[in-house]
Amino acid sequence: MYPNEFRYTKDHEWIKLEGDEAVVGITDFAQNQLGDIIYVELPAVGKELAAHQAIGAVESVKSVSDVYAPVAGVVTKVNEALATAADLLNKDPHGQGWIIRIKVKDKKPLDSLFTAGDYEKFLEGLEH
Amino acid sequence: MKKTRFNELHKKLGGKMIEFVGWEMPVEYSGIIPEHMAVRTKAGLFDVSHMGEVLVTGKQALAYVQWLTPNDVAKLAPGQVQYTALMTPESTFVDDMLVYCMGPEEYFLVVNAANDDKDFAWIASHTPGFAVKVEHQSDIYSQLALQGPLAETFLQPLTDIDLAAMKSFHWAKGRVAGKACLVSRTGYTGEDGFEIYTTDPAPQVIWTSIIETGRPQGLLPIGLGARDTLRLESKLMLYGNDITDKTTVLEADLKWIVKLQKGDFLGRPVIEKQLAEGLTRKLVGFELLEPGVARPHYPVYYKGQKVADVASGTFSPLLKKSIGLVYLPIEGTAVGTEFEVEIRGKRVKAHVIPTPFYKRAKK
Repeated sequence: MYPNEFRYTKDHEWIKLEGDEAVVGITDFAQNQLGDIIYVELPAVGKELAAHQAIGAVESVKSVSDVYAPVAGVVTKVNEALATAADLLNKDPHGQGWIIRIKVKDKKPLDSLFTAGDYEKFLEGLEH
Repeated sequence: MKKTRFNELHKKLGGKMIEFVGWEMPVEYSGIIPEHMAVRTKAGLFDVSHMGEVLVTGKQALAYVQWLTPNDVAKLAPGQVQYTALMTPESTFVDDMLVYCMGPEEYFLVVNAANDDKDFAWIASHTPGFAVKVEHQSDIYSQLALQGPLAETFLQPLTDIDLAAMKSFHWAKGRVAGKACLVSRTGYTGEDGFEIYTTDPAPQVIWTSIIETGRPQGLLPIGLGARDTLRLESKLMLYGNDITDKTTVLEADLKWIVKLQKGDFLGRPVIEKQLAEGLTRKLVGFELLEPGVARPHYPVYYKGQKVADVASGTFSPLLKKSIGLVYLPIEGTAVGTEFEVEIRGKRVKAHVIPTPFYKRAKK
């Protein structure tokens, strides 16, 4: 379910490192909690993000949830497809439902994020 | 947490359970959007057993219910149902409710779950001076709602009641899936449909029979999430959001439930005063003109001034836009009037539009 090459946050974002850049999205658990997603508020390309800064918001019919930057970086690309197909976050949260790409300044903080195994254990804890 | 008699069935169907006013209830099963669309195009089944029930009997039952409500209960013949309100002397809402006329000296009141105990206390406290008896019956009743264009098609094979002969806002007693029930052609979705009441201690077979009958043709079980989006598209009031003990019946744009010719009743003097002097604010429908979703409690600005909070607001699954209700100053209530909703720190344009947002086509 949760790809091993990703890292995860306790706020239910995932991050996947690709060279100096990283792709960020929300986890399958997050999309399932939100339900039908209808709108994603995206940041501007070029925006500088501190770690844990809100990068945007995900609106579902039921509620709205902030999405945070797992690590610091500069936005290099946003997923334009979400403008007309926000439900990609429901259908394919770990793939086509990616939200932004960032240029990562310092890769070190990634090591302190959850591995897939850690995250799954974290989720088990939430369900009890 | 309180559980309805269908609780285990919801869990088996994969219902996502949440706490709602002290009850463990399903918020969704397959998702709010598919559930919403099932009710608009086929049918959906809701467990609404958390609703409250009060039975009023006695020689002065009619006069008593007339005193507590603005609508004209005398117009009801046995077999009919009426939407009305429980009103304070200020003509604000204790609650809104349905009144079922069971007989000349018997009325059955159906109230909101959130207000059940408060309502019964209110109702009981107003009995002195009237020859009536009031009984709080919420615990013995289970209630299901079957709503949607195919509701009659799915229910008829399971009941001895002639549903085709039942008009809107009428009720009849009979059997559903072998259980003694009261069935009314009422609901909270804007679609055709039925509400089914039973005091049978094991009513689960009613739920399972309807699910089995309808599912092959598109019926879905529906949670509280879609119940809210469905009722809002049809501009049906939600107590606590759209009507409260701070909003009057005229401000809520419910003049159609006020029948002054019926005589005196609680709140009447305030209604007469507001009719004579005019209103200072009124509940109106709006849509957002920019992306986003206006949700309850978001601040609303008119001509740059904060004037209100959003009463109800959601994304409309049918109309695919953000809709809502808000109390605006009376000068800003005309259709087309622009104002702003603050969404997460950013002001977004909205304008007043006609309501209901959705009205089903007549057969």
